[in-house]
Amino acid sequence: MSVIQIRGVVKRFGPITAVDGVDLDVGYGECFGLLGPNGAGKTSLVRMITGVSPIGEGSIRVDGKDVTQEPRQIKSSLGVVPQEDNLDPDLNVLENLVTFARYFDIPRAEAKRRAMANLQLFELQDRQRAKIEELSGGMKRRLLIARALTNQPKLLILDEPTVGLDPQTKHLVWRKLRSLKAQGATLLLCTQNMDEASFLCDRLAVMNEGRIIALDSPQELIKKYGGSQIMEVRLRSDERRDLVLLKLSEQSLQWQEIEDTLYIFQGDGQVLDQDLLGELVIMNQHAPTLEDVFLKLTGRSLKEQ
Amino acid sequence: MNPSYRSLRVWQRNRDVFFKLWRSEVPGFFAEPILILLAMGFGLGTYVALDEGQRYIEFIAPGIIAAYAMFSASFECTYGSFIRMKYQKTYDSIIATPLSIDDVSAGEIFWGTTRSILTACVILVIIAAFGLVESPWALLVIPLAALAGLMFSSIALFFTSVVPAIYSFNYYYTLFITPMFFLGDVFFPVDTLPPVLQHIAWIAPLTPVANLMRSVVTGSPGEGAWWGLGVIAGYIAVFFPLSLLMMKRRLLR
Ligand SMILES: Nc1ncnc2c1ncn2[C@@H]1O[C@H](COP(=O)(O)OP(=O)(O)OP(=O)(O)O)[C@@H](O)[C@H]1O
Ligand SMILES: [Mg+2]
Repeated sequence: MSVIQIRGVVKRFGPITAVDGVDLDVGYGECFGLLGPNGAGKTSLVRMITGVSPIGEGSIRVDGKDVTQEPRQIKSSLGVVPQEDNLDPDLNVLENLVTFARYFDIPRAEAKRRAMANLQLFELQDRQRAKIEELSGGMKRRLLIARALTNQPKLLILDEPTVGLDPQTKHLVWRKLRSLKAQGATLLLCTQNMDEASFLCDRLAVMNEGRIIALDSPQELIKKYGGSQIMEVRLRSDERRDLVLLKLSEQSLQWQEIEDTLYIFQGDGQVLDQDLLGELVIMNQHAPTLEDVFLKLTGRSLKEQ
Repeated sequence: MNPSYRSLRVWQRNRDVFFKLWRSEVPGFFAEPILILLAMGFGLGTYVALDEGQRYIEFIAPGIIAAYAMFSASFECTYGSFIRMKYQKTYDSIIATPLSIDDVSAGEIFWGTTRSILTACVILVIIAAFGLVESPWALLVIPLAALAGLMFSSIALFFTSVVPAIYSFNYYYTLFITPMFFLGDVFFPVDTLPPVLQHIAWIAPLTPVANLMRSVVTGSPGEGAWWGLGVIAGYIAVFFPLSLLMMKRRLLR
């Protein structure tokens, strides 16, 4: 059985279809990543899973329970890190955690104990008396993750947890998430960060325009969609753009055009002929990465977002 | 609609914040009713002659309790709730826990009610110190303030659930709260109003509250007491469920 079971889920906001027929299973103890450009529908999907947004069509089960039928039970067993910071600005750091624990009916002494432990875990213990407005962006983000651990959830849902963190802090958070996973927690993670996805996730789903367009382990995704080599090139002359694109098609090479750069995906044994090479300025050649896969599948580069 | 005991958690959150910040909010809130009592009661009162030889300050003191019970609940569940809902995203964080939107709305209303009770108690102590309380029945001010608070919090939260922006509350105060403050039996008896206004005044939420407060403080319940309780109960019966329903509509996306 899976922790999260999503069947035919659709979510509309007026004329916009944010989630357009998603089926998905997340297994126990897995770290599952949702990858997709801005507006792909990641947050909309995750908000339905966490029971804070009504499901348009289809059904979602968490730990075997229907989200629409038993939202309280599900919410009491989940840890949620929202994309948008919603720490309580009327309360200080420690009070935020203790008050949050009270929403879960956790007794005060236990709440304090957990709060201190979680603050320590994210290296915030020196800031326990600070007001929220006095925290840096990265500290708020860490506090938000610490807060999500209050009810000791077996399933953690994180919507872009490391946005705006410096590299050291990012690694700190990744290590903590890994150790939670090692202790048996299941993680569902929305992210734009390819390093994060490869570092943490066992499986990834790439979302675009409300649909899941690819799903596999990071390695398999790269193997399946990345080809053997990526060539980043620019055109020598813009006038002969059509001609170059035609030639690429003739040689059955796949490409993506982002701004003034052309990303050519070379499969095994595929080489560009001299004619074609004459038209191109090669900027870079590299082995395919997750970012290239993302680029190819969604037709957008991360830098562009 | 099914708020649970968990709305207590929202109430506790608001209580903690209130007692943390009370120094910045409370003195101003109590200074105003005292000022009005002194200026109107002792100042203006010297020029006012009432029917049964009652002093003017005795007449307005219970009205001031009613009016400030109204203000406390109203501020809490308009500006207070709106800021928590819209700017602080407090509701968003709470509904991701086992609490439902109904729990949040009910908790907000109960906290607004509590603010009314606190305000009424403080003003009651002050007017007692001025020797304006004549009867032990005056202790009924507290349950009355609770009813008034529940009513005004429910109406206010309903308004909060439908306004597009915080500026919209100007309408709530200039068209609803302030007219009641001036015409709702606080500063002069309603039966001195022109007949048309009298009818409106008697169904306006503040009038029965002021009237009942006056009858318990002076220890002489008038014939209007049951009618007044009925009006208050009616408002609560309509606006409490309505505010919960509309809040859910607003927050469910
Ligand atoms: N409350 C809402 N009202 C109207 N439209 C919405 C609402 N929430 C999301 N949308 C729309 O739904 C689509 C999907 O948005 P969503 O936030 O789920 O994307 P996302 O994948 O999380 O993007 P990002 O990476 O930017 O966070 C977008 O077109 C967005 O404008
Ligand atoms: Mg998002």
